[in-house]
Amino acid sequence: MRRTVFPHKLLPWLLLAPQLAITLVFFYWPAAQAFRQSVMKEDPFGLSSAFVGLANFRKVLSDPNYLNAVQVTAVFSLLVAVSALGIALFLAVKAETIIRGKGFYRTLLIWPYAVAPAVAGMLWLFMFNPSFGTLAWPLRQLGIDWNPLLQGGDAMALVVAAATWKQISYNVLFFIAGLQAIPRSLLEASAIDGASRRHAFWTIVFPLLAPTTFFLLVVNTVYALFDTFGIIHAVTGGGPGKSTETLVYKVYNDGFVNLIMGDSAAQSVILMVIVIALTAFQFRFIERRVHYA
Amino acid sequence: MTKTGLWAVCLAAAPFAAEAQTEISWWHAMTGANAEVVDKIASDFNASQSDYVITPVFKGTYPEALNAGIAAFRAGQAPDILQVFDVGTGVMMGAQGAIKPVAELLTENGATFDKSQYLPGIVAYYSNPAGEMLSFPYNSSSPILYYNKDIFQKAGLDVDNPPKTWDEVWAAARQIKSSGAATCGYTSTWLTWIHTENFAAWNDTPWGTNENGLSGIPELKIDSDIYVRHFQALADLAKEGVFVYGGRTSEAKQNFTSGECGILTESSGGLGDIVKAGINYGIGQLPYDAGADGAPQNTIPGGASLWVMGGKSDETYRGVAAFFTYLSQTDVQQYLHEQSGYLPVTMAAYEASKASGFYEANPAREVPITQMMGKAPTENSKGVRAPNLPQIRDILNEEFETMLAGEQDAATALKAAVERGNAAIREAAGG
Repeated sequence: MRRTVFPHKLLPWLLLAPQLAITLVFFYWPAAQAFRQSVMKEDPFGLSSAFVGLANFRKVLSDPNYLNAVQVTAVFSLLVAVSALGIALFLAVKAETIIRGKGFYRTLLIWPYAVAPAVAGMLWLFMFNPSFGTLAWPLRQLGIDWNPLLQGGDAMALVVAAATWKQISYNVLFFIAGLQAIPRSLLEASAIDGASRRHAFWTIVFPLLAPTTFFLLVVNTVYALFDTFGIIHAVTGGGPGKSTETLVYKVYNDGFVNLIMGDSAAQSVILMVIVIALTAFQFRFIERRVHYA
Repeated sequence: MTKTGLWAVCLAAAPFAAEAQTEISWWHAMTGANAEVVDKIASDFNASQSDYVITPVFKGTYPEALNAGIAAFRAGQAPDILQVFDVGTGVMMGAQGAIKPVAELLTENGATFDKSQYLPGIVAYYSNPAGEMLSFPYNSSSPILYYNKDIFQKAGLDVDNPPKTWDEVWAAARQIKSSGAATCGYTSTWLTWIHTENFAAWNDTPWGTNENGLSGIPELKIDSDIYVRHFQALADLAKEGVFVYGGRTSEAKQNFTSGECGILTESSGGLGDIVKAGINYGIGQLPYDAGADGAPQNTIPGGASLWVMGGKSDETYRGVAAFFTYLSQTDVQQYLHEQSGYLPVTMAAYEASKASGFYEANPAREVPITQMMGKAPTENSKGVRAPNLPQIRDILNEEFETMLAGEQDAATALKAAVERGNAAIREAAGG
């Protein structure tokens, strides 16, 4: 690769300055604050504070509610990632086979991505609220005891559906790009050899899509872990009981509702470690294999 | 005029202008019609004098406004007046040095503060154990019973006599369901506020030790027999589909306004939405437990109060005192009460509303006041307080939800709630 050499010493720094400033102010500074707070015990107003070492971490990690949140997060992320990838792949493959109005279908498929998480949550809530939901009523008529306000499983299904719906568009976009990058000649050759469409998909298309799928798997997991706060906040608020309280929601709840800053900060630091690990994993194993068209 | 001359005038006038009007910020959490009341009161106050300007700023929901205030205080940018909801009272009281007690502020600034002019239940709730009023009660409400008269008629219930005790409520609710008059007999908003905090006061039974936390750090007592009986009844009704759970805050109001449920217990502040829904409703007192001695006692206020933040200039405090004096005026209180559905804070305003015939035209509007004022409060009915009441409410809600889903009985739920709640209170008090 050709090395680009800047004749100017100061200019590159100057050009980088805005981005660096943003990163410093919006990432490094808050991160440092979180680290500091995670080893302190403080009252909500910050009138008195004491250094407590790793006591907050010990407390958080031995709290059964935290372990519950880990479990909830694992179930939630897995369900969201798997269903968002599966449905998106199906839709992308189907959208590619359409001849007329391809652009129209694609636009419709990508549309939900523009909806804010909290708004998406409200939409699903309005459809499935047991007392005024437009779709909850027919469910009840079918004899299904649908009640996400009290049944943990129903609540989980609802937030998973909302989070999945919101993420499908993003995945479709990448899958369509991935599908278009697959050489026509391979598919034509398999057709000449008499392979069925299904066989061609599983032996040619799916393996060739693997880099895209891996990339999306990481992105979807990160999305399910961190970006779904708005949906959970709008739809269930972590309830009923603690059945939809994910790790991120617990950070918010302990810090901003219960005002236990030390615990909340310790949880943020743990989350930070998880994200760093996921990102490292992605760069180490996946980034090298993904081919961006 | 020359340029220099203009500058001279500006420089001379600038400090004068700043001195002439002191700006006072007021962060609040009122929406809809209640936000209009805030703006109207502020602009009327600003027009009534020329020394101070009150600037109301909407800061989101109650918890959001409290958080915004706390974050601003930590950053040294606290507002002058902060509206804090009832459950945040303990949090604010624990923050000595961050706040300026209202009674102290008023007396320091020459405003006479006579406790007897205010409704006793409300003053007690916002006072410290020594009886000093710490915050200014702005909007207070009390839980009451609403019932759908059409559903009562269809179910063959007495339309003019709503149930008075909880047992009567359960019976009426079952009759509503079994007669097919409605799919749901009874629902309630705010289970914690209505069925534990007010349940304790109204039935004169302890919610926690130390006068429910008013005179010290409380230990929860909500697993005693009377609570177990009450919540087991609710759990049984939920199982039969007679009681329908709406959510942790005021969501259940919709189950009532949509005509799904025949009976609702809700804040008196929720009246506006019920009127707007256009259903044929009636109002009754909050039900009490017939087995409790001395019930009904009195209810305790919900709503919010205005806290004055500490470390402000004397000039600002003079302005805040002037504003609170203005706010206590009878006509202002009467306006606030009649417009917003919240309770009047002063006796004079209550008397004025009475004299004007307001309650004859709107009898239901007096129920929350008589409930709160009926009897002198006991140690069980002055209010409840904990350094972390929002968290306690969450813990209780979680246990109630698991109970209503049929996964545990009332005794187990309440025992778990008490254990978890006490642990959380100890943790918060120790910090």
